[in-house]
Amino acid sequence: MQFMLLFSRQGKLRLQKWYVPLSDKEKKKITRELVQTVLARKPKMCSFLEWRDLKIVYKRYASLYFCCAIEDQDNELITLEIIHRYVELLDKYFGSVCELDIIFNFEKAYFILDEFLLGGEVQETSKKNVLKAIEQADLLQESQMSSSKSGIEYPSSCRTRAALKVIPPTLLHWAMMSEADGDMAIEVEPSHQYSITFYCRITDGNRRAV
Amino acid sequence: MALKMVKGSIDRMFDKNLQDLVRGIRNHKEDEAKYISQCIDEIKQELKQDNIAVKANAVCKLTYLQMLGYDISWAAFNIIEVMSASKFTFKRIGYLAASQCFHEGTDVIMLTTNQIRKDLSSPNQYDTGVALTGLSCFVTPDLARDLANDIMTLMSHTKPYIRKKAVLIMYKVFLKYPESLRPAFPRLKEKLEDPDPGVQSAAVNVICELARRNPKNYLSLAPLFFKLMTSSTNNWVLIKIIKLFGALTPLEPRLGKKLIEPLTNLIHSTSAMSLLYECVNTVIAVLISLSSGMPNHSASIQLCVQKLRILIEDSDQNLKYLGLLAMSKILKTHPKSVQSHKDLILQCLDDKDESIRLRALDLLYGMVSKKNLMEIVKKLMIHVDKAEGTTYRDELLTKIIDICSQSNYQYITNFEWYISILVELTRLEGTRHGHLIAAQMLDVAIRVKAIRKFAVSQMAMLLDNAHLIASNTQRNGICEVLYAAAWICGEFSEHLEEANQTLEAMLRPKVTTLPGHIQAVYVQNMVKLYASILQQKEQAGEKEAAQEITQLMIERLPQFVQSADLEVQERASCILQLIKYIQKLQVKEVPVAEEVIALFAGELNPVAPKAQKKVPVPEGLDLDAWINEPPSDSESEDEKPKTIFHDEEQRHSKPRHPEMDEEELARRREARKQEQANNPFYIKSSPSPQKRYQDTPGVEHIPVVQIDLSVPLKVPGMPMSDQYVKLEEERRHKQKLEKDKKKKKQKKEKRGKHHRHNSLHTESEEDIAPAHHVDIITEEMPENALPSDEDDKDPNDPYKALDIDLDKPLADSEKLPVQRHRNAEALKTPESEVPPVEKKSKKPKKKEKKHKEKEKDKGKKKEKEKKVVEEEEEEKKEEDLDFWLSTAPPPGSAAQPQSGPQTSAAVASEPEGVKKEEREEQQEEEEEDEGKKSSKHKKKKHKKEKEEKSKDKKKSKKKHHHSEEEMAESVQNGTLDDEPLPPMSSYRLLAENPYIKTTYDIQGNLQNDSQVTVSVIFENKSTSFLKSMELNVLDSLNTKMLRPEGSSVHDGIPVPFQLPPGISNEAQFVFTLQSIVMAQKLKGTLSFIVKNDEGSTHEKLDFKLHFSCASYLITTPCYSDAFAKLLESGDLHMSSIKVDGISISFQHLLAKICFHHHFSVVERVDSCASMYSRSIQGHHVCLLVKKGENSVSIDGKCSDPTLLSNLLDEMKETLSKC
Repeated sequence: MQFMLLFSRQGKLRLQKWYVPLSDKEKKKITRELVQTVLARKPKMCSFLEWRDLKIVYKRYASLYFCCAIEDQDNELITLEIIHRYVELLDKYFGSVCELDIIFNFEKAYFILDEFLLGGEVQETSKKNVLKAIEQADLLQESQMSSSKSGIEYPSSCRTRAALKVIPPTLLHWAMMSEADGDMAIEVEPSHQYSITFYCRITDGNRRAV
Repeated sequence: MALKMVKGSIDRMFDKNLQDLVRGIRNHKEDEAKYISQCIDEIKQELKQDNIAVKANAVCKLTYLQMLGYDISWAAFNIIEVMSASKFTFKRIGYLAASQCFHEGTDVIMLTTNQIRKDLSSPNQYDTGVALTGLSCFVTPDLARDLANDIMTLMSHTKPYIRKKAVLIMYKVFLKYPESLRPAFPRLKEKLEDPDPGVQSAAVNVICELARRNPKNYLSLAPLFFKLMTSSTNNWVLIKIIKLFGALTPLEPRLGKKLIEPLTNLIHSTSAMSLLYECVNTVIAVLISLSSGMPNHSASIQLCVQKLRILIEDSDQNLKYLGLLAMSKILKTHPKSVQSHKDLILQCLDDKDESIRLRALDLLYGMVSKKNLMEIVKKLMIHVDKAEGTTYRDELLTKIIDICSQSNYQYITNFEWYISILVELTRLEGTRHGHLIAAQMLDVAIRVKAIRKFAVSQMAMLLDNAHLIASNTQRNGICEVLYAAAWICGEFSEHLEEANQTLEAMLRPKVTTLPGHIQAVYVQNMVKLYASILQQKEQAGEKEAAQEITQLMIERLPQFVQSADLEVQERASCILQLIKYIQKLQVKEVPVAEEVIALFAGELNPVAPKAQKKVPVPEGLDLDAWINEPPSDSESEDEKPKTIFHDEEQRHSKPRHPEMDEEELARRREARKQEQANNPFYIKSSPSPQKRYQDTPGVEHIPVVQIDLSVPLKVPGMPMSDQYVKLEEERRHKQKLEKDKKKKKQKKEKRGKHHRHNSLHTESEEDIAPAHHVDIITEEMPENALPSDEDDKDPNDPYKALDIDLDKPLADSEKLPVQRHRNAEALKTPESEVPPVEKKSKKPKKKEKKHKEKEKDKGKKKEKEKKVVEEEEEEKKEEDLDFWLSTAPPPGSAAQPQSGPQTSAAVASEPEGVKKEEREEQQEEEEEDEGKKSSKHKKKKHKKEKEEKSKDKKKSKKKHHHSEEEMAESVQNGTLDDEPLPPMSSYRLLAENPYIKTTYDIQGNLQNDSQVTVSVIFENKSTSFLKSMELNVLDSLNTKMLRPEGSSVHDGIPVPFQLPPGISNEAQFVFTLQSIVMAQKLKGTLSFIVKNDEGSTHEKLDFKLHFSCASYLITTPCYSDAFAKLLESGDLHMSSIKVDGISISFQHLLAKICFHHHFSVVERVDSCASMYSRSIQGHHVCLLVKKGENSVSIDGKCSDPTLLSNLLDEMKETLSKC
């Protein structure tokens, strides 16, 4: 994979990850061009397009577009699968993720992506393991940072959170990856996650009290 | 200190954090830029503070701003500061910022080298992980060189989390620092068999990426990957491997044959579309590479096409798109199988998704035949009318032209129809492709002589209606067709019926609004027209009319003389003068037509596009040599400005030989004629067409006969291609009837004279003769044209540098740069170290080498003793890739009979051939490394022997392979010592009675942390036939046998084979466990039927299955540095034992522990060794084994105390038996 972009329906960039070295100018140019092209496509159109000598694979989840550039011989379907897997990871992590989660916790979104992909290649095919790694790294993260997600209050105007994804698995009828990747039965319960962040907050409070 | 911290957090409370920033930006939508510049100022202040938390916060905000498009490169140094923070929180942010904004041009990046190295070796795996992730984004050649060795060490880290990251990042390192590939490759290869599936898949990823760029260097890995492919169930990995094979097969067609079967199996069985798609793609690639040699794969192609059809018919647009895409790949080699799905593809043309329609268009290209071309194009024309977007319409237009013009208009039977299609296309408004249509018109008119008359009439019509075409000029690309129209009318003016009218149309004032280059063509061709009219009139004796036409020209030409376009102006004024001169002559009643016509005499022949390039440079020609002595400086200076304009001519004149005299010229001309006569590909200017076609088979199979005008040339009004379709149909019908008649006649005549015709109609299935036989003039090529194009590769290809032979042994110079002090320890104890082989090669030290040589001399005697053993192994080694490809049975099927009901059993019972292969590879390396005598010599000797033996081997394999395997393993594990080891077997007796003997071994399952596989060997000791064997155990709470779905806990598992007398075979059973810290015992029963001549009896055999703790361990290699880290980490519990009365050598002792308890030796110093193993649930077990006089003491450290004490107890038992 050459790069991954996340942008909103309004064309605002929400996340960018480049796996090939490019100058800032070039990156901006590519981003602008791709955002335009992808947004111009109608909803019923297929998720692939040929662009320069690359293939673009994109998918829309609620108000966000996830867009990857892959090389000629790469598999489009597996790239869609990667996108979907990433959304699922975000969803598990944030608990029904929405665009605001990604805006306000953009660094978390990057961390999750970095645990999932490395240098443009899939690093970990098991959701469980990715979440475990992130969780433990978060645990490590000391309390000074107030970036734990439960501490954020979104502006009241955006309280209604339109989740990125409504029903997870059924839309992926072309791939049955989760069966095969060793993800088996043990999934991280959402409640488990909350207990972690809760813990963080308490220590946070204690520190401040000192 | 505490105070400072408090102060820091208070400070922070007043700063904006990231959320505040985001919120602020959202609240300042109107003056965002102003707000942000204000924020950046604040951030700059924050960065000046000492508090790292404040800095990190600032950097975090900057990273966000960077995403919004603001330049933050000025903060690069601050980012590095945050990266080097000791706290993970900040480090994480620092690395994130760095990975987002650092690139090769960032100059401070070299400052990071030491920080990254420090983080890579941090005891905290997340520090290491974050450094690796960051590095993957901004690695530079310098960083790659300096850190390659550190990363390589991490590839054997104890934590799979780090291992997989290190493996993946190696790819980036290779790209930046190709020299690292060879030293690192052995370890990378080793990771293909890492116990952790994540690491394994990472290694597969990296090697696949490498191999895709330079496949030939990775051919030798094919057997290993084949094994992985047939055993892996992870679709992510499978897709990569299959892709890799797609890259390898073009180089080794035999591989393709081998692949077809497993791939088609996968296609049949998988439910994952992504995998299916990959398989289909690879099968296509394989079949393409095989297409020359093996025609017998129509079944596979058929399967692919069928599956693709299902994809295309799916309602999912994505699948439809991909189906069409893959279909177009098949089309190239197997057009026939795709053509049968024409209906489906035409249907896709109506799809609402433009990208799908475009894909379908691509396919149409290969679908056309003489029969259906008109029909397909008609359909496309309807789409052209309907199309909304110009891009799609333009695409349609180019496709129509592509389809019709492909392979020299092969499928066009009626060129009148084609011309009218082209004319119809000119009605498109706003297309960019006017020039394409124009080029087609020119091409057809020039090359198809027979069509000229018709073309000219159509073009005249176009010129007449030019106002329609050029209505909104300039931006309108379609007016380009007027260029072609004007030229055709002028050049072939003899075919014009109403030349006067056309000339007038060309002289209209409106013409001056056309683009300059078109006007220029107009002007030039007016004269041609004029000339032919003049001739006509003069011949008819209509002098007045001739003068009238001259007058007309003189009146209208001045509008072009005033043109702003230089070319138009120049031509017009020149021609105006010429015509004025003609007028003078006409007044004097001098006939001028002949002379005017002479201006344009001669035929234009099309020249092949590459003709110029292909002219070979004559021998002895040096274009740089002076023809004459260089003129003096002053003169040449004068001439300089001229050369700008005469450049072209000068270049042409140079090759001419100045001293060539008349005689020489004549001689050469003669020689050339001779050569041309002998050259079948040289086309003379006006040869008899019939002859030419006999001479040049395959150049064109459109037959050349006299024009047969069965269709009226003139069609009233604007041409409608539809009319031609109808006419064509009628004509074909008629033709068919005639043919039928002829056939009947032929039958009567019996021997017809149709031989020549038959050869012309190569496509007999569509026996359609072209409407009017057409002479297509082929493009001219120069004599002695060079036959092939040199394929030029891109010299800037970044992957080219990685084209490295990986099978060659490593040279001394190829070690990775290593920091001195880090290596010092290893240097001190060269003897005691017992690292896996390739590690030595990485750090070849001279001392060590010398020492080795000595050792070798000593060892020679022992070697002889070992000879028997060695030879056996030798013969395994010889099974190289060739052997694997040619004789080994497909391992997939070999594994089948054993796989039974359990899935994981299939994984465990890998095909033996492949397993051997692996081992052999490792051994080969060893050998090469140690520089022993070349094995090649031996190979030759044993070659014949080997083949025979290997056959024998296969027969007896079932029986022997276990013990053999273990031998090899223990040698590898134990050491490189030359001492021979007594044979050992890990198979323990399970139960025995007069009929049957069963032994078993338990192996941890690599893929699953709660499963073990029990392999049971059943040996029939009786003279009866044993069948219907069924194994059952009484499950405990902790340990359960894995039964097929739907069966109860009381059901036994049938053994998937029967045993004839004296035969043994092995079956595998999977057990699931919860806790592994304790040994377990399960009671069980084996029931079977004994059948002999007297009848059959039902027998039972009870047994106890003992799961020792050692059976939960998996032999896992571990490097000393990682081992040390593990011990340092301090979360291991310790325990120790001591056993007295041990007499066997330390070497044997270690081998025993390795073998029976699944440990590997990390390091050995004299009579002291550290060992490592890992349980299937990830417990680390470290041992320190010390040998005293007659005793052995073992200190153990393990993350679980119970497990450790149990393990030590078991070990005690083993050792006390010694």
